[in-house]
Amino acid sequence: MTTTTVARTETSWETVIGLEVHTQLRTASKMFCRCPADYAAAAPNTYVCPLCLGMPGTLPVINRTAVEWTIRTALALNMRIPELSKFDRKNYPYPDLMKGYQISQYDMPLSEGGWMDVEIDDLGRQRIGITRVHLEEDTARLLHRENEAGERFSLVDVNRSGVPLMEIVSEPDMRSPQQARQYLVQLRQILRYLGVSTADMEKGSFRCDANISLRRPGDEALGAKVEIKNMNSFRSVQRALEFEQLRQAAALEAGETIAQETRGWDEEAQVTVSQRSKEAAHDYRYFPEPDLPPLQTAAETVEAIRAALPELPAARRARFEADYGLQPFEAGLLTEEPAPAAWFERAVASLGDDVPAGLPRGIATWFVGELTRLMHDAKPPDTLETIVVQPAQLAGLVQLIDAGTISNTQAKDVFAEMYASGEDAEAVVERLGVSQISGEDALAPIIRQVLEEHAQAAEDYRGGKAEALKFLVGQTMRLSRGQANPAQASELLRAALDDTAE
Amino acid sequence: MTAPAADPWLTIVEAAQRLRGGEVTSVELTRASLERIRATDERVRAFITVTEEAALESAAAADELLRSGDAPSLLTGVPIGLKDVLMTAGVRTTAGSRMLDQLIPPYDATSVARLRAAGAVAVGKTNMDEFAMGSSTEHSAWFPTANPWDLERVPGGSSGGSAATVAAGQCVASLGSDTGGSIRQPAAFCGVVGLKPTYGRVSRYGLIAFASSLDQIGPFTRTVEDAALLLQEIAGPDPLDSTCSEAPAPDFSVQLGEGLEGLRIAAPREFFERNAEGQGMDEGVAAAVEGALELLAGAGASLDRGASLPSVGYSLPVYYVLAPSECSANLARYDGVKYGYGSRGGASMWADMEATRQEGFGREVKRRILLGAYALSAGYYDAYYLQAQKVRTLIRREFDAVFAGADLIVAPTTPTVAFRQGEITDPYQMYLNDIYTIPANIAGLPAISLPCGFAEAGMPVGLQLIANRNSEALLLRAARAFEGLGEWGLRRPSLG
Repeated sequence: MTTTTVARTETSWETVIGLEVHTQLRTASKMFCRCPADYAAAAPNTYVCPLCLGMPGTLPVINRTAVEWTIRTALALNMRIPELSKFDRKNYPYPDLMKGYQISQYDMPLSEGGWMDVEIDDLGRQRIGITRVHLEEDTARLLHRENEAGERFSLVDVNRSGVPLMEIVSEPDMRSPQQARQYLVQLRQILRYLGVSTADMEKGSFRCDANISLRRPGDEALGAKVEIKNMNSFRSVQRALEFEQLRQAAALEAGETIAQETRGWDEEAQVTVSQRSKEAAHDYRYFPEPDLPPLQTAAETVEAIRAALPELPAARRARFEADYGLQPFEAGLLTEEPAPAAWFERAVASLGDDVPAGLPRGIATWFVGELTRLMHDAKPPDTLETIVVQPAQLAGLVQLIDAGTISNTQAKDVFAEMYASGEDAEAVVERLGVSQISGEDALAPIIRQVLEEHAQAAEDYRGGKAEALKFLVGQTMRLSRGQANPAQASELLRAALDDTAE
Repeated sequence: MTAPAADPWLTIVEAAQRLRGGEVTSVELTRASLERIRATDERVRAFITVTEEAALESAAAADELLRSGDAPSLLTGVPIGLKDVLMTAGVRTTAGSRMLDQLIPPYDATSVARLRAAGAVAVGKTNMDEFAMGSSTEHSAWFPTANPWDLERVPGGSSGGSAATVAAGQCVASLGSDTGGSIRQPAAFCGVVGLKPTYGRVSRYGLIAFASSLDQIGPFTRTVEDAALLLQEIAGPDPLDSTCSEAPAPDFSVQLGEGLEGLRIAAPREFFERNAEGQGMDEGVAAAVEGALELLAGAGASLDRGASLPSVGYSLPVYYVLAPSECSANLARYDGVKYGYGSRGGASMWADMEATRQEGFGREVKRRILLGAYALSAGYYDAYYLQAQKVRTLIRREFDAVFAGADLIVAPTTPTVAFRQGEITDPYQMYLNDIYTIPANIAGLPAISLPCGFAEAGMPVGLQLIANRNSEALLLRAARAFEGLGEWGLRRPSLG
């Protein structure tokens, strides 16, 4: 594919993307039985019971927490919660489906008609419609193997069978692969803020199928839709959509029609491959699940769940900018996940009620700078759960800098010690004997010595070379072994030079 | 030799009295039951599995409880049969199908667990039409069961084994399941009492599903009083069945002595007249049922013969859309991968799965799976499944309207007496057996069949009483009163 094609694509065709996300809920038990749902570390086929094995005679019992968490998610996505909802059977034979049908929701989902604002730096804010969020059960896992004789066979691990699975279906409102990726990033962020899912794409708790079609700009009707499956990272979703965008555009340019089909993403080859045409599509023979009565959700229940919603990422980011004076990129980094934001706010809170302006920003700077770097450089990398340094201790360090007790440069060494030992900033400063030399009396002898030793530079400054001052400040720092307060040193030097100039 | 007091022809109430009076032990009673099975079951073939050892063990345990005065219920120590559609921990459960040839369940159905807790002694698993689909027990994958009154005839179905074992004096009582008449029709054919409770009264947990919105477990007994007792033990809320009523079970025996005086009984025209296709009761059945109606009126009940259920004639078509639809999904799990019968060695996994279902299911089961899959298919759903649900609602409302002016409904249980084995080969003719019983399943109503006379060749005839939802106590009261008006239930088949 040539770059010419790319250029033509961008001008000639509009890309239309809709996403279907399946995300596991991290409830204690499975959707319809009492088996534990957190099977990640379990040996195969140990978290099973007659129900999730599909034994005859078993009956499903709804996990109320899963329903509540789905409503919580739906409310965070601005959805309507109908009073009446129901479960349906989706029939299809497959060895990973223990009952031969999946209990899902067809025409009366738990929620409908919501939206999410997706923000991309260069494109700004776009409102993406969300068609529905509903609840269903996950299937067992098939592990495909080959024996020594080259025969292929599959193993079934039933641990995943019956884990609560939330399906989030977007409207075809996205117009670029980049936007689709950002939608997923923000959706995952919301799910983690709500605490309802680990939403980890690599580990399979968050899965995405993408629908993409192309049409002429201004056309109302949608083009033939291609569904892409088998992408296991946000990056591969974007790549697959980009590939498909080009493939479809080239085909359309060549006068071909796009076949409505399902294609799989081949990560290795970085291409999509046709899997199944529309003609072969399943007839799922949905009908209402007779083993479960319809779900009634009282308006008061919805309001109680709404009232208990945590602050969501967008709101928190805005508040961090407004209340703490953070730059957008700092607020964005801090609020990407709930844990850093909470850590940061604990640090701020430790400063007491009357927080001097500028201190929260200082904490944020240290968080996204030194703290993040140290965590990242550790082997294996640290997390906020594993580090010993506490939020209040970082706040203490920033206070020392603000008071001029230590310089920023000194603070880096101090923080490295704190990070390693978990000591307070004051203790490290005392132990290392680092403190900043401030005040005219303390600095005056050093400045005198610098001016004596570097008469030429002093002369240059007086002669109008302003940068000579920087050199002299540097020499002051060197002579003080880094302990001089650079701002004060600079001021005192200038005063001394100006004095002698007259 | 068994003690003379150990007689499996006893009722639950009589057995309980003798067990408590020390006249007989549960072990003796259970031995008598097992001996009677040995003596007669080669001819009747009521049982797929007899659990002699386990039965004697639980009988010994029951005797302990009886001796110490801690017997939890009147059922303690009483030998009973369980339809093979009920999951029994450690005991082979086949649902009459090759598909479940060697299934040993890891758990007990709630009803079974409750009977165990009550101290009842399960002697074995009774024969049935495969997956409860049939009206003659001829569709069992294993063998047909014979009617104890005439071994050439069928016992009815699908719970034919459970009806026959009580009629043959092998067990004091048994459990069956009723989706379209599978308790009441065989009860009528075998001259015993058969009760289908309100949908949701008895937990379905552990009942191998045929049609989930219609299935209900219920008792076969020799008397109405026994039916009330047995229902009492198995009824009530169950957190494992979300469709089970959360209301605690009332005392089902409390009204038993109150008689028929003042009861308003509707006899809807549609149950007594021939329908547009000319279908209706045989002469002998009609005579017995009409006689029963006179007796009811004579005993103080007011009879409304003008009542009508205009849409009840659609019950059969509604049933044969809904039940197969649900079964097409319920039976999808039998693919040979996890348990039960599995065909191996085919060209692919899919070939094995297909062969498993081809070989594991019988013709009637396959017919219904196909019917159901068709009715649910894209393009047909609205015309079949959805339409059937609408008519179901209509029928339900018509019953509600009749119950606004009546306490009970009376109807025949079956259009004929038990037919001969092999006599009915056309599936539709077989389905017609259930025209009087299906409506109660469609509407979720409790209904009972009890003996009301004998017709051709001395075969028993059943009378059906239907009550409003959750009105089992009233239903049993009327049934008990009617039972006292004749001696049909006391006659025994000359089985030897």
